[in-house]
Amino acid sequence: MATAAEMSTEPVSARGGPLLDVRNLHVEFRTREGVARAVNGVDYAVDAGETLAVLGESGSGKSVTAQAIMGILDSPPGFVTQGQVLFHGEDLLKFGTEQRRKVRGARMAMIFQDALSALNPVLNVGEQLGEMFTVHRGLSRKDARAKAVELMERVRIPAAKERVRSYPHQFSGGMRQRVMIAMAMALEPELIIADEPTTALDVTVQAQVMDLLAELQREYNMGLILITHDLGVVADVADKIAVMYAGRIVETSPVHDIYRAPAHPYTKGLLDSIPRVDQKGQELYAIKGLPPNLLHIPPGCAFHPRCPLAQDICRTKIPPLYRVSEVRASACHFWKECIGDDRPAADKT
Amino acid sequence: MTTAPQPTKPEPSASGSPGREPILQVRGLVKHFPLTQGILFKKQVGAVQAVDGVDFDLYPGETLGIVGESGCGKSTVAKLLMNLEQPTRGEILYRGEDISKLSGRALKAVRRNIQMVFQDPYTSLNPRMTVGDIIGEPFEIHPDAAPKGERRRRVQELLDVVGLNPEYINRYPHQFSGGQRQRIGIARGLALRPEIIVADEPVSALDVSVQAQVVNLMERLQDEFDLSYMFIAHDLSIVRHIADRVGVMYLGRIVETGADAAIYEHPTHPYTQALLSAVPVPNPEAREHRERIILSGDVPSPADPPSGCRFRTRCWKAQEKCVVEDPPLTVPDVFRGTAGPAEHPSACHFAEEKIVVPRDE
Repeated sequence: MATAAEMSTEPVSARGGPLLDVRNLHVEFRTREGVARAVNGVDYAVDAGETLAVLGESGSGKSVTAQAIMGILDSPPGFVTQGQVLFHGEDLLKFGTEQRRKVRGARMAMIFQDALSALNPVLNVGEQLGEMFTVHRGLSRKDARAKAVELMERVRIPAAKERVRSYPHQFSGGMRQRVMIAMAMALEPELIIADEPTTALDVTVQAQVMDLLAELQREYNMGLILITHDLGVVADVADKIAVMYAGRIVETSPVHDIYRAPAHPYTKGLLDSIPRVDQKGQELYAIKGLPPNLLHIPPGCAFHPRCPLAQDICRTKIPPLYRVSEVRASACHFWKECIGDDRPAADKT
Repeated sequence: MTTAPQPTKPEPSASGSPGREPILQVRGLVKHFPLTQGILFKKQVGAVQAVDGVDFDLYPGETLGIVGESGCGKSTVAKLLMNLEQPTRGEILYRGEDISKLSGRALKAVRRNIQMVFQDPYTSLNPRMTVGDIIGEPFEIHPDAAPKGERRRRVQELLDVVGLNPEYINRYPHQFSGGQRQRIGIARGLALRPEIIVADEPVSALDVSVQAQVVNLMERLQDEFDLSYMFIAHDLSIVRHIADRVGVMYLGRIVETGADAAIYEHPTHPYTQALLSAVPVPNPEAREHRERIILSGDVPSPADPPSGCRFRTRCWKAQEKCVVEDPPLTVPDVFRGTAGPAEHPSACHFAEEKIVVPRDE
């Protein structure tokens, strides 16, 4: 592991190394019932202009990882116990609160799932958007408001001049999500983390919002981490995927390869279990059982109780991320069997 | 042979089961929620036209899927079918009898045959009742369905049928996961052996891997108990998977209806086309050569729907005719008599076939 050494001061590019590099991140929640190990050694990296999709079901640790990167983990009960979050090669976890706050919003920003609860209900959107500029850039309130209008126009909110004085509840779901995007974009950050940005929206609005996000990303060459459970959205926008299960990454791959031939039985199960709008299937493949309780993660491979390929070794030895190819990795002892396996459901007409 | 009255509006190509009498016929269903002003003397100033003229048939043993975005009125239709809301106008005929006019004992008797499965398994189960009490409650209301001494055994059978351990009968809802709770909700719906189950977004609160389990369960139960499903969802992929026929709703109306292949592979209404083209397909190969129809703007308020065609404000084909003339839900003239898959009811003046979902072989 070399690149950690190359320290550097201010921004940007030129230097090699990814924009964000998360290494061996561990997060646990100390609760009354015990220690819930939500993130257990996550590694992933995003470059400028690249979209990484982090795929997982509830409890997989995908959102907690994001919160740790942003530095907005509820602590206590949440604690980062190990690992590094390298942003331009600098470990954010070593930053003080004030230093961290300067990075947050200005250089990396987050878009949340539920805009209605993420926005402040008693401030109008102009004030909330303007706050980014008054706090981080020291603009006057009047200038900040002008900036807010400009931002709202950029995310194509109609009649921005009038609507700048509206409150969040006066916007529709799609428009509120645009306000969230505007707020994240305000200071032109290098990295955006979007946590299920379109899950609460209707499909036609979802398409509008994803398009907008992709367009802005291209325009500003931002890195984007898209956290989602929707394999369809991932296929539409991602460059590469990290699949999470029980706080670990179980598979990483460029987007095309993973849909063609998943190298982990969990990924394969997920792909086979979704109904598709372009196919009339027979019975859906269903992964048996339930995702594990994070207080009692099964020993060995956390997926083994639900896995059709599980053998004795899976119950005792945690699989490392095996290299599948130059660009792919799978945390399955039997990834070769998995990848060579005939796909039961997805190949049928 | 029952002597149900002739349907007032026969649907030519969409009749999924020819020769069979529909079990449920909905005719001109309207539900307006009044908007009032003033505190003491409430004056009606308008109405939210949640459902505004909906017709459909449900045949025995089939699944009718209703899809639409939030606010289109699909859940209100479910509530009307369950008699949880009174329709403003229109009829809901169950085996020829209008159930919306029934009350008291007659209503109770009909309700036994129409049961509901709700969306949110976290709030639709009483947290202070055991699973046994929840699933057994229908027997309290309809004591003749199962004699007292037999109820516990029946509940255990039901648990077994939905794939839960019968020994869990004394547990509480919080001891179960989301998927298991939805199974409990389904078991409760099945208790009285209904003929029709109205399922309003039954799997949308569940994780992907658990969704498949519940969908498979519902399909298995349909075969086992010969159920008719009215499956309401916003997820077009799930509806495609489970439904035999599909109705697409927009702003309180059904805009297009037909067999599932007709709707998904040969949609003729621009809204259906936009909706289908917006669904993300889990196939990255398709993303380059897929045509996306991105609608502008949001759904108009149902309190003040546009004149003429309700979709015209977001439609790329809209013309003068759409502003003044409300298109009826019939087979468009261009497709009439073609006997092709595009020959199904579509409420558009300018209906044309457009394939928007790339076929995956």
